[in-house]
Amino acid sequence: MTATPRLPRVLPGFGLSLGFSVSYGSLIVLVPLAAIFIRSAGMPLADFLHAVLAPRVLASYRLSFGLSLLAAAINCVFGLLLAWSLVRYRFPGKKLVDALIDLPFALPTAVAGIALTALYAGNGWIGRYLEPLGIKVAFGPLGILVALVFIGLPFVVRTVQPVLEDLDTELEEAATCLGAHRWQTFRHVILPVLQPALMTGFALAFARAVGEYGSVIFISGNIPMVSEITPLMIMTKLEQFDYAGATAIASVMLVVSFLMLLMINLLQSVGARHHGRNS
Amino acid sequence: MAALVSHLYAQHDRAALLEGRQATREPRWIKWSILTVALGFFGVFLLLPLAVVFVGALAKGGQVYLDSLRDPDTLSAIWLTLIAAAIAVPLNLVFGIAAAWAIARFEFHGKQLLLTLIDLPFSVSPVVAGLSFVLLFGSHGWFGAWLAAHDIKIIFAVPGIVLATVFVTVSFVARELIPLMQAQGREEEEAAVVLGARGWQVFWHVTLPNIRWALLYGVMISNARAMGEFGAVSVVSGHIRGQTDTLPLQVEVLYNDYNFAAAFSVASLLALLALLTLALKSWVEWRSGRALQAQEPV
Repeated sequence: MTATPRLPRVLPGFGLSLGFSVSYGSLIVLVPLAAIFIRSAGMPLADFLHAVLAPRVLASYRLSFGLSLLAAAINCVFGLLLAWSLVRYRFPGKKLVDALIDLPFALPTAVAGIALTALYAGNGWIGRYLEPLGIKVAFGPLGILVALVFIGLPFVVRTVQPVLEDLDTELEEAATCLGAHRWQTFRHVILPVLQPALMTGFALAFARAVGEYGSVIFISGNIPMVSEITPLMIMTKLEQFDYAGATAIASVMLVVSFLMLLMINLLQSVGARHHGRNS
Repeated sequence: MAALVSHLYAQHDRAALLEGRQATREPRWIKWSILTVALGFFGVFLLLPLAVVFVGALAKGGQVYLDSLRDPDTLSAIWLTLIAAAIAVPLNLVFGIAAAWAIARFEFHGKQLLLTLIDLPFSVSPVVAGLSFVLLFGSHGWFGAWLAAHDIKIIFAVPGIVLATVFVTVSFVARELIPLMQAQGREEEEAAVVLGARGWQVFWHVTLPNIRWALLYGVMISNARAMGEFGAVSVVSGHIRGQTDTLPLQVEVLYNDYNFAAAFSVASLLALLALLTLALKSWVEWRSGRALQAQEPV
């Protein structure tokens, strides 16, 4: 990395701060992650494919990706409603609601896991009303969905909220003057402005949900082929001392992480341009 | 106090203004439906899980609550958690400041790469992070034989737990500082340099006062995440009771023993830490909102 300043640099510490942050970041983040790819590359192809395409592992991809997409979609709907309520309406306890939106971000995942399990188990506060209806949430795929919705919520609210706050009300006034109904204004004027933020929130919630472990394993029941998530498959392989198998699955997950990060960066740059044009 | 009131009014007023105008408001029944659905969702998905932790912790009375916190295994878990956070947070604080200084104060090729490096731990599954350290330092890992020959234990021991904790919290301070420092610009620091201040003087007297609240929140959220990390630490800890169990792992152990009251008691400590962190965040936002108002010409 070479520095090419456009102006003569006045501030000191460029070499020190860049050198330190790049070497520290590489040591702590890049080298360990590189180990996963290098170890996978060293495996015979047949072993690698056997590990990543085993039926139980395939079922875990379907479950992890399917439920993460669904959870992110649910978060988009309710996250938008919450962000809208926080920006547009007055109601008692608004400050408290605003502060607690970040709870899933700050609360340890294991705590969330046992709390959600206690709520949705057959004798829990919510589970006891759902069980007689034949809806079994805890110890099955539905429980995983609940946990993934919980951990993803702040990402959608916190990406949509600032855009909604900066939204120019003149646009809405113009739409109303031109005879648009409130729904038409929302659908054709407000929603297009919010769309990049919503998609970024969706991608962030999805990326977080795919890798999530702590809040899920308590509530999922971990039934093979039914409710095992992909991170749990890595954990199971490790407990059987199958390091090669665990590494192979981890490399698949890492590729997905990289792709998600790339997509989030793209969405954010699109969002920034969109935002800039409107303000 | 007056500032708080005026800030609350400023926020209050905007919603009031939007509710008052015909162009920016919905019919009453739609407003109430949206509020009911949004707050109902909030109550079921955020408030109830929080409440169930504390109710579960106190279900068998205050004495059981205190006894489960005084259990030797729990005490050693608290100790280990404090050690891991005490090493990981300062390291990532220094990294966060250095990265933010480089990114927000200078132009250079590969800036986007450094930003991606900072974001990476967020999108990597904690289990994958833990595994990567096992591949490096475990008995079958690259450095495994060398470490064994020198009688150094990293995996299934405290150093591994610290490393995993450092990995998962590496981005938080940097993520708080970068947008703020980019928004503030470098004029103040450049002026200080032109007036003859040296590097550290600029940092202590100009930069630090400007970023201190965001820095404080960055440290608090790093700390909460460091003390609460489960997946990555779970892979490298080896679950040796009373030795390599951190607080979240101790919650799991107690829960799997069907000792629910004790599990929720330990969990309540971590929940309190999370609430404290969120309270600090609100306070920091209020402070920086006030600072912004003070800067605006009247």
